[in-house]
Amino acid sequence: MDSLVLVVTSGKGGVGKTTTVANIGTGLAKRGKKVVMVDADIGLRNLDVVMGLENRIVFDLVDVVEQQCRLKQALIKDKRLEGLYLLPAAQTREKDAIQPGQMKALCDELRKEFDYVILDCPAGIEQGFKNAVAGADEAVIVTTPEVSAVRDADRIVGLLQASGITNPKLLINRIRPDMIKKGDMMDVEDVNDILALELLGIIPDDETIIISTNRGEPAVLDQDSHAGEAYRNIVARLEGENVPFMTLDFDTGFFGKLKKMFGI
Amino acid sequence: MLDFMNRILRDDGGSKDRAVERLRLVLIHDRAKVAPRFMEALKEDLIAVISKYMEIDEDGLDVTLDSDETSTALVASIPIRKMKRSYD
Ligand SMILES: Nc1ncnc2c1ncn2[C@@H]1O[C@H](COP(=O)(O)OP(=O)(O)O)[C@@H](O)[C@H]1O
Ligand SMILES: [Mg+2]
Repeated sequence: MDSLVLVVTSGKGGVGKTTTVANIGTGLAKRGKKVVMVDADIGLRNLDVVMGLENRIVFDLVDVVEQQCRLKQALIKDKRLEGLYLLPAAQTREKDAIQPGQMKALCDELRKEFDYVILDCPAGIEQGFKNAVAGADEAVIVTTPEVSAVRDADRIVGLLQASGITNPKLLINRIRPDMIKKGDMMDVEDVNDILALELLGIIPDDETIIISTNRGEPAVLDQDSHAGEAYRNIVARLEGENVPFMTLDFDTGFFGKLKKMFGI
Repeated sequence: MLDFMNRILRDDGGSKDRAVERLRLVLIHDRAKVAPRFMEALKEDLIAVISKYMEIDEDGLDVTLDSDETSTALVASIPIRKMKRSYD
């Protein structure tokens, strides 16, 4: 199989990029794929703690690019899953410590060894974004159902296009069925009417994400987690399976509203 | 009747309708500003089409997006030099 270099991006910060990289990467490795997750958020190292691998870091992405160490020395092997690796971000460097050309060369190097190279993109549209997308074949845009996040996602679509990534896929995170029901949150259809992208997945707002992050164990490994199930579905879709979207079973039709009006 | 009921029921809707409406408006502007040469390309095409019917002052052409709270309009001011003769 040809390998895939996938960048997870968003524009707006805090919408779930790092969480998504950790869960997709772990989920793919669980299915037997060779996966490396690259933390491209230089200066704001995050993916290591979400994965529970923070105590094992010796070298980082910038060390590799500057040839302070060999690539193999910087790759951290996950303790739970065979074939899952992390390339951590530098913590004490600036975003311009690397250039897009160097990032592209690194991705092509990783491509030789892995089925999936998954890049955790920093927020924003500056140098860090340009680095992260430079070596990518495809992109996942993460948004939440909020005006500012969707607006930034739309901006990212244009910037990806300019970088030659023409068909980004959409992941809508932190959906709150209770709020949608009350008419206080945009639903999947509202968001994708506006963005018009291929939908990769929808993730509920779920406290198991916070619990799993506390523990350093991605929710995708937790069979009881709704968000974990949503991520397992996404992983299956990336692998070419046709998985239906989680049914968000809301009563939003006419009779649902009538029922709500009469409080039943 | 059903329609009327539906409207009442919809009007009790929450803040998401505002969210959708505001997003649509802001993205009209974002996309027009961000796309390379969007306005230039639009002007060139307008000139080409309108010139079939009248002679216009291309330098005096002014095309902008004009918004209020609930809508955005494309406003074009196109000075005419001369009308072409119609043969219909
Ligand atoms: N589906 C979710 N449900 C609940 N909390 C979430 C969800 N997705 C992300 N979070 C929380 O939101 C915060 C930001 O997520 P993160 O993945 O770090 O975003 P980013 O990398 O885009 O900045 C984290 O504290 C994370 O635990
Ligand atoms: Mg992050």
